[in-house]
Amino acid sequence: MTVIEARSLRKAFGTTVAVDGVDLRVEQGRILGLIGPNGAGKTTVLNAILGLTPYQGQLTVLGRDPWTERDQLMLDVAFVADVAVLPRWIRVSQALDYVAGVHPRFDRAKAQGFLAKTTIKRSTKVRELSKGMVAQLHLALVMAIDAKLLVLDEPTLGLDLLYRKQFYDSLLNDYFDRNRTIVVTTHQVEEIQDVLTDLMFINRGRIVLRCSMEEFESRYLEVMVLPEQVAAARTLKPIHERQVLGRSILLFDRGDRQQLAAFGDVRTPSIADLFVAVIGNQAGEAQGAAR
Amino acid sequence: MTTPSNSVPDSLESQRIAPAALAETRPLYWSIRRELWENRSIYIAPLAAAGLGMLGFLISLIHLPRTVRELGTMGPVHQRAMLAMPYAHVTWIIILTGLIVGIFYSLDALYGERRDRSILFWKSLPVSDATIVVSKAVIPMVVLPLLVFVIIVVTQTLMLLLGSVVLQMSGVGAAAQWQHLPLFQMQLVWLYGLIAMTLWHAPIYGWLLLISAWARRTAILWAVLPPLAVVAVERTAFNSWHFANLLKSRLIDWFLQAFNLDTHGGPPIDPHFLPLTQITPGNFMATPSLWVGLLFAAIFLAAAVRIRRYREPI
Repeated sequence: MTVIEARSLRKAFGTTVAVDGVDLRVEQGRILGLIGPNGAGKTTVLNAILGLTPYQGQLTVLGRDPWTERDQLMLDVAFVADVAVLPRWIRVSQALDYVAGVHPRFDRAKAQGFLAKTTIKRSTKVRELSKGMVAQLHLALVMAIDAKLLVLDEPTLGLDLLYRKQFYDSLLNDYFDRNRTIVVTTHQVEEIQDVLTDLMFINRGRIVLRCSMEEFESRYLEVMVLPEQVAAARTLKPIHERQVLGRSILLFDRGDRQQLAAFGDVRTPSIADLFVAVIGNQAGEAQGAAR
Repeated sequence: MTTPSNSVPDSLESQRIAPAALAETRPLYWSIRRELWENRSIYIAPLAAAGLGMLGFLISLIHLPRTVRELGTMGPVHQRAMLAMPYAHVTWIIILTGLIVGIFYSLDALYGERRDRSILFWKSLPVSDATIVVSKAVIPMVVLPLLVFVIIVVTQTLMLLLGSVVLQMSGVGAAAQWQHLPLFQMQLVWLYGLIAMTLWHAPIYGWLLLISAWARRTAILWAVLPPLAVVAVERTAFNSWHFANLLKSRLIDWFLQAFNLDTHGGPPIDPHFLPLTQITPGNFMATPSLWVGLLFAAIFLAAAVRIRRYREPI
C-alpha cells in the first residue's frame, strides 16, 4: 500500500520557492529519512503531508487530501514536530485525558505503560519537565496512538545523547512494525543510519538523492588512500574527497569494490559523509556558477 | 410505501448516527475542559471579585441595623432600593470582572497557541479547526456568563444570610429585610440581564477571536485601533459620529432594549432594583440590532476558523 504519494509538489512563500516539484512515494512499512540542510524545504514537505500548509501539485496521504481533510487524516497519522510544542501549562494527567478524550485510537493504558518506564510523574506540569522528559512524554502519547503513519520533524532537537538514543530505541522496539510507516527528518543523521530503510536528500526544494538503505550500502563506497596513491585513485572519478590525518578519503558512487580495494580498506560511508559529498558538491557548484 | 421491514434499517441508521454525533461532541467537550485547565482566571477572577465584594459588604454590615431601622420612614420603592443597593454593587463587580476576563481570554485564545507553538500539538490530533474555534467561543459566550450567574447567586445568598444574622443580633430583627428584599426575583432578573447582555455582546467576542486568530503580534492593538480609525476618518470626512454611536450602542444598548425603564408617570425606577415587571424579552428579541449582531458574530467566527487553518506558530 502506498502511504504517501506526491507528484510535482510545489510551495512558494512570496518569491521564495521552498519546495520545487517534489515527487515522493512512500510505501507501507518503510522508515524514510528526509535529510537536508537548513531551509532545504524538509519541514515544508512534512507540513504539506500533515495538512498544515496549502500546496500546489498532487498529494495524497493514506488516500486523503491533507489540506482539506486534516482532522480526518489525523485519526491515522501521528506527528511529533519538535519537543517544544507540548503546551507548558498542561499537566501530564491532563495531556493523557485530552488525547484520550479526542482520539478514538489512543490507548491510555499503553501510554501510561511507557510513562511508567520514565521518572515522569502524572501530576507534573510540562514546564517543570526537562527537555528530554518532554520528548519522552510526547513520544509516549504518540506511540500509544494506533496510527498508520508517524511523522517526526527533528524530534530529538536539543536533546542529549542518552535521550536521543533512548528515543530511537523505544521507537524501534516498542512501536515500529511492518504495518506502520515512519517519516523522519533530523540533523543527527549518524544516529538514524541503522534505523532507516530508505533515504532521501533534499536541497533547495528539490530531491537530490533517493535510495533504499540496501541500495545505499551496495552503491556507495569509501576508501582511505595514502598520499602517493591519490592521483591514481582520482582517475576512478570519486564524487567527493576529504582529508583526515594526512590521508585522503575518497567516496565513490557505484565503484568497483575489488578495484578500489587495491588502494586501501573499502567500507560503506556514513550518511553524514554522503550528505556532505552530495549537498556540499551542489553548494560548490552553486558558488562556482555565481562567480 | 412503508412496510414494517423498513423500520429495521431505519433504527440501525439512527444507531449509527448516534455514535457519530457523540464523536462530534466529544472533542468539543474535551476542548472546552482544556480551555478551563489552561485559563484558570475564568473562574478565579470572578470568585476573587465576589470575595472582594463580600469584604465590602461585611464592612457595610456596621450600618445595616441603622438602615433597616430608618426603613419605616421611606416609601416602598426607596425601601427596596436601599436594601438592594449593596447586592447590586457586588453583582456588578462580579459581572464587570467576568466581562474583562472574557475580553482578554478572547484576545489570547487563538493567539497564545501560536505564540507557544502548541498549535502544532493541537493540530496533530483529529480535532477540526471549527471545533477548536467553537470551544473557544463557548467560553465567553456560555461558560463565563453561567459561571458568573452561579457565583452571583451564591454570593447574594451568603450576603442575605450574613445580613440576617447581624440584624437578629442587633435586635432589629431580620424580618424587615426578608420582607422588602425579593432576592429570588432579583436573581431571575440578573439571569435575564446576563443572557441579554451576552447575546448583545456576541459580535464583540467574535471580533476579538477573529483578531486573535489573525494577528501576528499585539492583538489588542489590532482589535481596538481599526474601529477607532474608522471613527476618526468618519469624523474628519463627514463630521459625523455614526460609527462611534454604533460602537457605543453595541456596548450598552442591550440594557435599553431588554428592560423598560419608563413607568408612565409612576414612581421612577431605581437602577439598583429592577422588578420582573420591567423586563421586555419580546422587545429585546424583536430588536433588529440583536440579530444583525449575531450574524456578524457568526461571520467573524467562520473567518476565524478559516484563518486558523492557515496559521502556524509565530
